[in-house]
Amino acid sequence: MTVTVQDFLQIDLPALMAAVLACAACALVGNFLVLRRQGLMGDAVSHAVLPGIVGGFLLAGTRDTLPMMAGALVSAALAGVLIEAVRRLGRLESGAAMGVVFTLFFAAGVVMIEQGPARAVDLDADCVLYGQLETILWLAPTSWSSLLRPAVWLELPRQVVTLAAVFALAVACVLLFRKELTIAAFDPGLAGALGLRPGLFHYGVLLLTAATAIAAFEAVGSILVVAMLIAPPAAARLLTDRLPVQLVLSTALGALAGMAGYAGAAFGPFWLGAEHSLNAAGMIAVAAGGILTLAVLLGPRHGILGRVLGQRRLAAAVAQSGDSLGR
Amino acid sequence: MLEEAARVLTLQAGFNTAVVVAGTAALGMAGGTVGTFLLLRRRALVSDALSHATLPGIAAAFLLGVWLGLPGRSLPLLLAGAAVSGVLGVLTIQALVRFTRLTEDSAIGAVLATAFGLGVVLLSYIQSLQVGGQAGLGHFILGQTAAMAWREAVAMGVLALAAAGTTALLFKELRLVAFDPGFAHGQGWPVQRLDIALMALAALVTVIGLQTVGLILVVALLIIPPAAARFWTERLGAMTVIAAVVGALSGWLGATLSALFPKLPAGAVIVLVAGGFFLLSFLFAPARGLAAAALRAARLRLALAEQQALRRLLVGGDASPVMRRWLAVKGFHRNGALTDRGRAAARAAERNRRLWERFLIDHPALAPATPDWGIAPIDRVLPADLVRVLEERAR
Repeated sequence: MTVTVQDFLQIDLPALMAAVLACAACALVGNFLVLRRQGLMGDAVSHAVLPGIVGGFLLAGTRDTLPMMAGALVSAALAGVLIEAVRRLGRLESGAAMGVVFTLFFAAGVVMIEQGPARAVDLDADCVLYGQLETILWLAPTSWSSLLRPAVWLELPRQVVTLAAVFALAVACVLLFRKELTIAAFDPGLAGALGLRPGLFHYGVLLLTAATAIAAFEAVGSILVVAMLIAPPAAARLLTDRLPVQLVLSTALGALAGMAGYAGAAFGPFWLGAEHSLNAAGMIAVAAGGILTLAVLLGPRHGILGRVLGQRRLAAAVAQSGDSLGR
Repeated sequence: MLEEAARVLTLQAGFNTAVVVAGTAALGMAGGTVGTFLLLRRRALVSDALSHATLPGIAAAFLLGVWLGLPGRSLPLLLAGAAVSGVLGVLTIQALVRFTRLTEDSAIGAVLATAFGLGVVLLSYIQSLQVGGQAGLGHFILGQTAAMAWREAVAMGVLALAAAGTTALLFKELRLVAFDPGFAHGQGWPVQRLDIALMALAALVTVIGLQTVGLILVVALLIIPPAAARFWTERLGAMTVIAAVVGALSGWLGATLSALFPKLPAGAVIVLVAGGFFLLSFLFAPARGLAAAALRAARLRLALAEQQALRRLLVGGDASPVMRRWLAVKGFHRNGALTDRGRAAARAAERNRRLWERFLIDHPALAPATPDWGIAPIDRVLPADLVRVLEERAR
């Protein structure tokens, strides 16, 4: 099977744009979770939205996106507050508190799905887990030259527009509050002493994570969100010691994983002679894991290879100075 | 309906249902037992990564079975694959934490998402193959008791009992490692191998829970019962038993509910029942529950206010009308004056305050381990000889 230009523009290009935007937005926001050792908040949020999505659907009675996203945001915020309450009032460690709350939310969502109305319109846990990257279509462009016409761009799929808006929001937040976020991430105590209200930033980061995650769910599913919130920032953290560099690098790595993963899922099998494409969201998560693996192995200073080389060099230097002393 | 419920609960509603309900109860018990040590070792969420990491193993085992020409869906092979890849996932996390600067949460999240993504990719590849039996693989994600044959349920129950039994045998060692790994290491215990043994037990529970509860929710069986048990006691032995009982009850009730109402998926209901036990414990458990803590705080505040009012009344001061009525109820105050008993109590309160004050001045570094020190009668908190010394000094 060969991919025609029209197929590529109408099916693959919008999906690719959605994937890249979702990955970049999640990767950027994820930096602050990884630095604050709250990487698993993304995992918790991505499970906890399920009852909100189903509830939004049941209340509104339609498969419109807005009520489901509103429901998701409500249940994510509720889960965040409950986790904090269980951790503080129940004196449980935060991992256990998260585990209790998000599994309960997810279980409630699964039960709600099975009760009928949601089943009827094919709303199931799979949508939330895997997303629907493959169903994003952009019918306007028919050839490369049609991309030059502004009217074509006005018909961009809604998911792509939403994701672009969320990405812009994340970039704006990071640029506006760069200083505050940096201090709150590295030294909450100092942030409090300077009057910055680290608690406010905790919930702010949480809310931004939830908004990004929810916008990304619909297109790419929760697996991908968790992978993207953590893997690119973690990889970037192994490659640099400077926060601005880390922010830019992680966003770029996220976008790269999005492209590589989508290409690997959509086109890879055909190049290898298979007949069906693979799950794109899963493949993007694998690509992100691959990038992290490379960073772990080959990172110049914090990677395993880099450290081994550094030790070699040190050993050589010591041996040399020992020689010169011995003479 | 009620009769039907009673029959399922008492394991008399058909052989298959009975075995599934009993097996699920055993699973819950094993989850509570093993989970207790995971919780205390602060490894609760490692088991989340463990369960997500089983998916690529299941898919790979299926492909291996197809390649070897075995009948498409051989359960032992699939579960063996799940166990292998789950344990590999945990070892990857430990290596990441040990050899890189990544923190544990990042390592858990990265392994969890990547492994699950790989599993989903492999599943989508399997769906495109021209072989039978691939449809059931998706059930491992959310679980399905209805599809369970009685032989599988018996195997699940036996393995669950084995997991719980092994944990009981290793109780002493696991306790040492959970509370003070440094001391355990210094005493020559193989801490790392015990950690791996604990993770292997968690992997066993996860793998046998896959069919019933599904890989996303099986972690709840390892986390929620121990978290609920934590509110009831400060002792590890009691906590383990309570967690096992909560887990077993959740499995039993959840499997029963799901057998009665076809619209209730077993895995989710089991988790919700466990959540109900957690909520009850969180609110009402006497040792660490919210209501008990609030009650203790209120009692302390009342005792303090009472003592202050008595001391003021003793030197001719006044107390609020509410407090006067309260003191009247206790027989300390009548017709605008302290009764004899009231006067005695007020003197005792005054002495108590003076001695505590002296204690704070003389021994600022010694804070007694009881939460109500400073208010409780000093003779009950401090040893008699120390109180005598304080009395001398306060004179």
